[in-house]
Amino acid sequence: MNRRAQIRMLTDGRRLHMQDGPIDVIVEAFGKAGEIDLAYRAAAARFVGILDELCGELEFLRRPACTDGNLPSGAIARRMLAAVRPYAAQTFITPMAAVAGAVAEEILEAMTSTATLLRAYVNDGGDIAFHLQPRETFIVGMVERPDRASLFGTTTIQSGDPIRGIATSGWRGRSFSLGIADAVTVLADTAAMADAAATLVANAVDLPGHPSVGRVPACELAPDSDLGERLVTQSVGELTPGEIGDALEAGGRIAEALCGSGLIRAAALNLQGETRVIGAGWSQLVEISVCDRSMVHA
Amino acid sequence: MADDAIRCDACPVLCYIKPGRTGSCDRYANADGQLVRLDPHVLLERAVSRGDTVVPFLEKSREWDGALVSGEETFVTAIGAGTTYPDYKPAPFIISSEIAGVDMVTVVTEGIFSYCGVKLKIDTDRHLGAECSTVLAQGEAVGHVTTNEYGSQMLSLGGVRHLTGGSRHEGTATCDTLLNLCNGKAVELKIENGATIIVQANHAPIVGGVQEERMRVGCGSATIGMFAKQWFGKVDEVVVVDDHITGVLSEHQAGKLLGVPESGITMKGRRSTPGRYFRVAEPGTSWGGTNIADPLSILGPFDREVARPGLRLLMVSTTGEHYAYFELDDALHPVERELPDALRESVARIRENCEPALCTVLFMGGAGGSLRAGVTENPVKLTHSVRDALTRVTCGGAPVYVWPGGGITIMADVSRMPENAFGYVPTPALVAPIEFTLTLSDYATLGGYMDHVRPLSSINRDEESRRRLAARPDNPWPLASEKGGK
Repeated sequence: MNRRAQIRMLTDGRRLHMQDGPIDVIVEAFGKAGEIDLAYRAAAARFVGILDELCGELEFLRRPACTDGNLPSGAIARRMLAAVRPYAAQTFITPMAAVAGAVAEEILEAMTSTATLLRAYVNDGGDIAFHLQPRETFIVGMVERPDRASLFGTTTIQSGDPIRGIATSGWRGRSFSLGIADAVTVLADTAAMADAAATLVANAVDLPGHPSVGRVPACELAPDSDLGERLVTQSVGELTPGEIGDALEAGGRIAEALCGSGLIRAAALNLQGETRVIGAGWSQLVEISVCDRSMVHA
Repeated sequence: MADDAIRCDACPVLCYIKPGRTGSCDRYANADGQLVRLDPHVLLERAVSRGDTVVPFLEKSREWDGALVSGEETFVTAIGAGTTYPDYKPAPFIISSEIAGVDMVTVVTEGIFSYCGVKLKIDTDRHLGAECSTVLAQGEAVGHVTTNEYGSQMLSLGGVRHLTGGSRHEGTATCDTLLNLCNGKAVELKIENGATIIVQANHAPIVGGVQEERMRVGCGSATIGMFAKQWFGKVDEVVVVDDHITGVLSEHQAGKLLGVPESGITMKGRRSTPGRYFRVAEPGTSWGGTNIADPLSILGPFDREVARPGLRLLMVSTTGEHYAYFELDDALHPVERELPDALRESVARIRENCEPALCTVLFMGGAGGSLRAGVTENPVKLTHSVRDALTRVTCGGAPVYVWPGGGITIMADVSRMPENAFGYVPTPALVAPIEFTLTLSDYATLGGYMDHVRPLSSINRDEESRRRLAARPDNPWPLASEKGGK
């Protein structure tokens, strides 16, 4: 029995919070009370042991994704590999780029395969998998910078949209980034796909060699990082509007290519207060607003 | 593997964590070789000392679960109360608990302050810039130089005009500067036609790359008054160089009382009263806040009728940082000599009497707007209640000064608030914690949301998502009854 995992209801009585090591998820289900209860029990049952399962294959998961047909044994690890594999031939990526999304998906599936729910979401540190019955919607807030909680916009996902996953990546966030985006939020068909793509698009929002971007080998910050000696962004000085435009353009090209191939549906790229929304046909989902309406104003 | 990293064994990820870094969970960190736990929400725990805090973790997603606990020994601050992600549902939090037989209510919220700024007090003699000069951060105007107080230069930063009245960049730079200063971080400021300074709450200011060490003991004239007796008999003349009021011992009232004879010294600048001179030089960052490198440059020729060869002259700045000792030669020209031991002591005494130079930061904001509607249906009643001292206002548990007059305009010392108590919204505006504490019956009287009041007993105090801090012993306990009554 894993005694590290903490599983409890938040005091609002609605949401379930589960945490084990670096995995930290908030779950909420909507539907009949009995079904919600079933779903939460299923989520908790699946949650326990996830960290051990992943750590058992950590070495494999921290290596560049392989395309040779070798598969990890865990279900979540397989989701991770599947999500990053489309990129493995062109670029450096490890299955760890999709870990948060894959965990969210796995827990969501445990819930929806056990209970009948109108709506549900599993939010793993900002990477979110969700379930929608017909005619249901979710409104999701987006942050401009992952280290500061302030929304720059929202997106409304309807049951008819193919989108079931959202992820955010950026250099200020919890994981290292090779790029300079404050936040890249990606909407995709699954949370693991969104997670992997957000990482890559955030890496692509970049000004290579720019003197005011501070970069440090990842291993100097975290000796066991899967990024090894790759330079990760630690500071970004003030950029000119032209430079911001160039960096967003670079990231936007990748995002557009991913949209074209269906790997993602839409993306919102943020850099120093500027936002670019990508996604033919889906970009209208992203509503940008200066949004402080729900806070009391002094 | 790097030898200064430590292995965290809290979970099977087994991160190697470098000093000053966190593990992949962001919850465990390496603090100088020690594995420590970190948590972001803040509860002030009444305890004898400031100290360790550590309780269960905060969810990484910065969720706020809507709960807050308060009690005689625990006061809940508003820090982190009003920002959530992803479902962004802040609300004033209203909680009751019985304190010494009186039902108390604490309404906790994080307010968005467009009308806010900071007042900086920078302990320095050096000239930072002319009064009314613009203060720049990241190349944008974020405030101005205001009055020179005794030993300190005051700056006023922020305010609604810089936050919202200029370009988007000006607003963002202002917000960023205020946020960093309020959260105790260092900020570089450039004063128009003046110095570049680095300021940080409760740290010594750095002026033009030089860290300020001492706050002057007084103005030049005051220094004469304080040390005249100690100089008497050991030196014939003393000039305390000061950009504002330079003092001259033999002409000063203190010297006259001791019977110090005239020395024949003549001073540049404008004589205000005997022994007190204004504007002996231009303002600067050298001797006593002037621009001089050679102290003799503020003296005229000695009066041949009065002065005599061998006359001993000490020149010293108001912090004792600069000093020089001279004796007059046969032509009555001052010649620099080594400072005699008997005077060395008095210069050291000036330094000793200088307090450490600090930069202090007061947050100032107006809470008189719609924020009050989260507390009561009749907002002006809250204003009146604060004015009548029935409601106590605190910022992150720190005491505030409520400015007299209309509205609720408060000032608080950011160094008495927990770390990282402030946030921002891209409007731009600062997000600051603010708590209103009053008795339950007073809360009912002012039209409070009685149906939202939750008893303390209904709340699980061990719930996660908050950080417990020991209360600072120098802050009054927010829930304590007022000494001397109301």
